[in-house]
Amino acid sequence: MKKIGVLALQGAFVEHLALLRRLDVAAFPIRLPRELEGLDGLVIPGGESTTIGRLMREYDLMAPLSSLCNDGFPIMGTCAGMILLARRVSDINIEPLGAMDIEVKRNASGRQVDSFETDLEIPAIGEPPFHGVFIRAPFIERAGDGVAVLAQLPDGTGVAARQGNMLALAFHPELTDDLRLHSYFLSIVNGDRKR
Amino acid sequence: MDKGTWTVKTGLAQMLKGGVIMDVVTLDQAKIAEEAGACAVMALERVPADIRAAGGVARMADPSVILAIMEAVSIPVMAKCRIGHFVEAQALEALGVDFIDESEVLTPADESHHIWKHDFKVPFVCGCRDLGEALRRLAEGAAMIRTKGEAGTGNIVEAVRHMRAVRDEIRKLGSMTTDELVAEAKALGAPLELAIEVHKTGGLPVVNFAAGGIATPTDAALMMQLGAEGVFVGSGIFKSSDPERMAKAIVKATTHYRDPAIIAEASKGLGVAMPGLDIRTIAEENLLAPRGW
Repeated sequence: MKKIGVLALQGAFVEHLALLRRLDVAAFPIRLPRELEGLDGLVIPGGESTTIGRLMREYDLMAPLSSLCNDGFPIMGTCAGMILLARRVSDINIEPLGAMDIEVKRNASGRQVDSFETDLEIPAIGEPPFHGVFIRAPFIERAGDGVAVLAQLPDGTGVAARQGNMLALAFHPELTDDLRLHSYFLSIVNGDRKR
Repeated sequence: MDKGTWTVKTGLAQMLKGGVIMDVVTLDQAKIAEEAGACAVMALERVPADIRAAGGVARMADPSVILAIMEAVSIPVMAKCRIGHFVEAQALEALGVDFIDESEVLTPADESHHIWKHDFKVPFVCGCRDLGEALRRLAEGAAMIRTKGEAGTGNIVEAVRHMRAVRDEIRKLGSMTTDELVAEAKALGAPLELAIEVHKTGGLPVVNFAAGGIATPTDAALMMQLGAEGVFVGSGIFKSSDPERMAKAIVKATTHYRDPAIIAEASKGLGVAMPGLDIRTIAEENLLAPRGW
């Protein structure tokens, strides 16, 4: 059985753990560097990116996470997780891992009153559309050549991307009952979708 | 695109989980809180300990204070309105705050009615002393619940009492048969549908934080082990002798709430915690938790 860690410093990690367990993988909360050993994949959940980023540094997780990213380790980041995977973030308060060649704008749609839900066409997982829940969400402002943008808002704004074994989502599949994006990530973990 | 839906309101509360929400009254405090790893700040004119000391009528903060704090930090900013004062809430929504706390710490504007929170796009958090109160607030549209505790005392005893009451009643509902649930919902003063939902799921349908009296890292971890999904710290940080260290230590103890070695380490050399108040020495009319119903 594959072992997937969910970074559990702050945010909606319990929701990811619950969804992953429904997909028959062993899922563990990760709070300390030593807990990263022996994993087959990692999820960086939604939460407050400023908070998670600061705690990653405070608890010595930046270096081990960076080296995992460089080694092609499968990582999925949702919302705050996408911000932390990005190469560059619009907000100087955040020092991201810089693992994916994307530039991300934080709180791109505004404050909480502008948080929204909308259906997304995601060809990589097929029909029907995926219901995207965007909460103080980041948007992808630029994606490098090696990055595949998997989903866009009607105006063309990128909200999901893949680069190698890394998957970044601006929205929260863990707040829905739709397991398809977690299954897609697990297919990356299983090596079924090599690019 | 649908805005202000129940999912995005309760979803923001889910994003705050495992975190510490800190009361701040100035830009500098807001920055200290953000730097220490707070997942949100509560923008106020005075922390609860000072509100308690000042007496008189406590109202919504000056919008210029709230706006300045919204400018200064990138984490979510919450603000308090008086119980039942839906126009303060409308004003706070217009300012663009990320969450409104309909709070017993301020002087209630209405002793019979809380705000009908479904009318708002901005999410609300409300206090409770037991499950019945939590479910009444949920029925009105609160997207997040917190224990009331007794704010501004630095004394954890009331927050513990309230969290235990909520947990005990959830367990009790879980063990009941359907016919018993009807009578229990009546006894709790809670809508039957919500009582049935708690019975089925074994928990509240929204996030539940602890608040009211948390003053140390061990207080925060205690509330987390008792079932809180995160904590509010009001006076506990900026009424301590070394707010930066206290703030970081409380964040650390909240993340690692099941790791006693880390909690012990985080508790070292923090200086003097806020001075506490024995609840039994407070005159009945000065207690905050009984405000609201």
